[in-house]
Amino acid sequence: MGIALNVGLSQISLLFIYASMAIYTAAFLTFANHLARLASDKKKVRTQASRFESIAIVLLIIAALLHTVGVVLRGIAASRVPWANMYEFSITGALFVVLVYLTALSIKDVRFIATFVTGFVILILGAATSAFYVEVQSLMPALQSYWLVIHVVVAVLAVAFFNIAAALSTSYLLKTANWVNSSKKKSIGTLKRVFALFPAAENLERLAYRFNIIGFILWSFTLIAGAIWAERAWHRYWGWDTKEVWTFIIWVIYAGYLHANATRGWTGKRSAWLSLVGFAAVIFNFTVVNLFFKGLHVYSGL
Amino acid sequence: MSSSRFDKEIASPELSLAGWARWIWKQLTSMRIALFLLLLLAIASVPGSIWPQRSADPNGVIAYFDANPELAPILDGIQLFDVYTSVWFSAIYILLFISLIGCVVPRTGVHYKALRAQPPVAPKIFSRMPASQSVTWAKNSDVAARAEKLLRKQGYRVVRTGKSVAAERGYVRETGNLVFHFSLIGVLIAVGIGGGLSHNGQRVLVEGETFVNNLAGYDSFSPGTFFREDMLVPFSMTLDNFEVDFDIRNRTNVGTPLDFRAFVSSKLTPTDTPKPGLIRVNEPLEMPDANVFLTGNGYAPYITIRDAKGNLVFAGANAFLPQDSNYTSLGIIKVPDVDRQFGIIAFFYPTAQALDNGAFTSIYPAPVDPLLTLNVYEGDLGLDAGISRNVYALDTSEMTQVAGGKAEIRGLQLKLGETVQLPNGLGSVTFEEIRRFASLDFAYNPGGIWVLVFSLLALAGVTTSLLTPRRRVWVRQTSGGFEVAALARGDDPALTDIVQNIVGELKGQQINRKGSK
Repeated sequence: MGIALNVGLSQISLLFIYASMAIYTAAFLTFANHLARLASDKKKVRTQASRFESIAIVLLIIAALLHTVGVVLRGIAASRVPWANMYEFSITGALFVVLVYLTALSIKDVRFIATFVTGFVILILGAATSAFYVEVQSLMPALQSYWLVIHVVVAVLAVAFFNIAAALSTSYLLKTANWVNSSKKKSIGTLKRVFALFPAAENLERLAYRFNIIGFILWSFTLIAGAIWAERAWHRYWGWDTKEVWTFIIWVIYAGYLHANATRGWTGKRSAWLSLVGFAAVIFNFTVVNLFFKGLHVYSGL
Repeated sequence: MSSSRFDKEIASPELSLAGWARWIWKQLTSMRIALFLLLLLAIASVPGSIWPQRSADPNGVIAYFDANPELAPILDGIQLFDVYTSVWFSAIYILLFISLIGCVVPRTGVHYKALRAQPPVAPKIFSRMPASQSVTWAKNSDVAARAEKLLRKQGYRVVRTGKSVAAERGYVRETGNLVFHFSLIGVLIAVGIGGGLSHNGQRVLVEGETFVNNLAGYDSFSPGTFFREDMLVPFSMTLDNFEVDFDIRNRTNVGTPLDFRAFVSSKLTPTDTPKPGLIRVNEPLEMPDANVFLTGNGYAPYITIRDAKGNLVFAGANAFLPQDSNYTSLGIIKVPDVDRQFGIIAFFYPTAQALDNGAFTSIYPAPVDPLLTLNVYEGDLGLDAGISRNVYALDTSEMTQVAGGKAEIRGLQLKLGETVQLPNGLGSVTFEEIRRFASLDFAYNPGGIWVLVFSLLALAGVTTSLLTPRRRVWVRQTSGGFEVAALARGDDPALTDIVQNIVGELKGQQINRKGSK
């Protein structure tokens, strides 16, 4: 049998992931610094702030490059696609988030959520390297299918879109929150000034909706691709396996979100909350369901 | 308006039965209720992932009953072990689909009319539209004709009346939306009918054994509502050989299965020449009205047992169920047709290693250094009463352990080819050879392909609908130039750009698409 796992290479891959985490952290701090400066009441500090943003974006790109090398090396070390256990889902998923974000950045002005996005990527990578890490292993026969490439890539991509939408919805909720706008506390006043610099609430809502509809389309495809694969591997296209249940729940929540956006009285805050509930279900599906629920999708490798 | 309520006699608004029905129908088909039912459906799905379900994990349900004998019947009473076929879950999705039908059927009528209608005429005042521009331009004489040509080229449906042009595009937005919702109804119907016509059964087949496709051939079988036994095509299938590759080269991967291959030969009629076939995980074998899937495998040590006089009383390869990833396997052997009945709980270790406490474990899943250990129980096997017994379990309540455990004689240990004596003059046992078994699943679901077709149709519909903007554009020639206005359904940030673009095109300038930054 001709598979060769390269443990040495997977160690080098891990080093790249660590290096990317360091640079992501630097980017995160610089983005945060930029926001803090923008909110300053000194004009001089404010005018110099944009330099920090440019530096942070460069740092983000460098981190994304290191991250890409880390993910690619992991794939080479395992001589297969680098997404077959939780560690690999996490590093690949985080990379997709960054790549989708960088692509979005070149099309639309979404700089203001950079702190959210980089912060979240650091969290995923931290969990991946500390809690989910496993050495390279070959694919179990059930995973040896080209559907692994299609089904998982699209799922991870969908999550990346949901993630950015969730960041936008969070911004929307904070910007429009009554407790922020009516508060007299100084610290919250700063927060208020930061959000005053964000795009108008309607734009945040609209952008979140755009990301969520693409996420929803990709998620629908994930569901269908998963069913086709399940029919090949487990002799039924749908069997209410725990992971299938949660994939369905997420789909229904986002379907609800789409309806909410067309229902009077449900646009705005309520739909933003639904966007966050949907993303919370995505995270729940990836963590709690993978690790603690019994089911057929037991690929965490832990 | 509020006063008029009290002008009339105070009487409860008498709604006739039809009135009530109309009211309920109106509520049910409202978007708000659809949204509510969707969220309710999401919440109602959760319990099925928390408690084991009879459909997905029947053994889990049995284990739950054993562990929680008091709570389990209560949960069962509210169908928490059958969530997705429960009354309350069904009620939610049936209401949801009624709501869906009530919503999309009238919309289809409206849309059908819209498809055949002309775009609405230009508004009186363009500046009231969300995006508009008024241009002063002397060369405006043929602007309406050119606008008509331009908008047609851009895919708009255009109507020109005198000096003004009305155009609309994006009808597929609603078409896609309706296709999506109707396809969901298709999915539901295909799932329902397909499920009724489907059947699937499981069979554990040891190398050399033959399966015949009739109800008696299955270890377990779950038929759909419309199943009749004569729907089974009576083919036969023999497991000729089962091969496994385990990794031994890569340090981090030792013992990981790389590939499972079940080589079978099948016959459609008893007189056919056997047709060879290969079944792998993810690669089922197609048989008439059944796909054959490989769902599990393990060892089936071939054992012979002779009584004290040397007569053969047992010869067979029972499937031993794997207990861990290194295939430490547990098997049961029952020997009923002797003077004193006895049973054996056996462990098979493909690559045995002794632990400090004297017990064994397997350290590699392939048979490098195989070992069989036997615990022997003497007494009534409970087979004579005619009650069907689980072949994978030995009820030792009426039996005495005579070898292994607390018995005086240690558990018996056999290497491949060895023979040992059984205690109490029960005879001798020989470990003849190692065979493997495959768990095969025979599944038939004619609805599957229709579920797929409708799902893909739904996906295409929702994608088209969500990504197509629906816009109206008007152009009108004015005394000193012309005006352009645009209106979209829902938010459309591109509207201003579109108006500018049309203005530019009409003036014959190539305008750079303004970046949205």
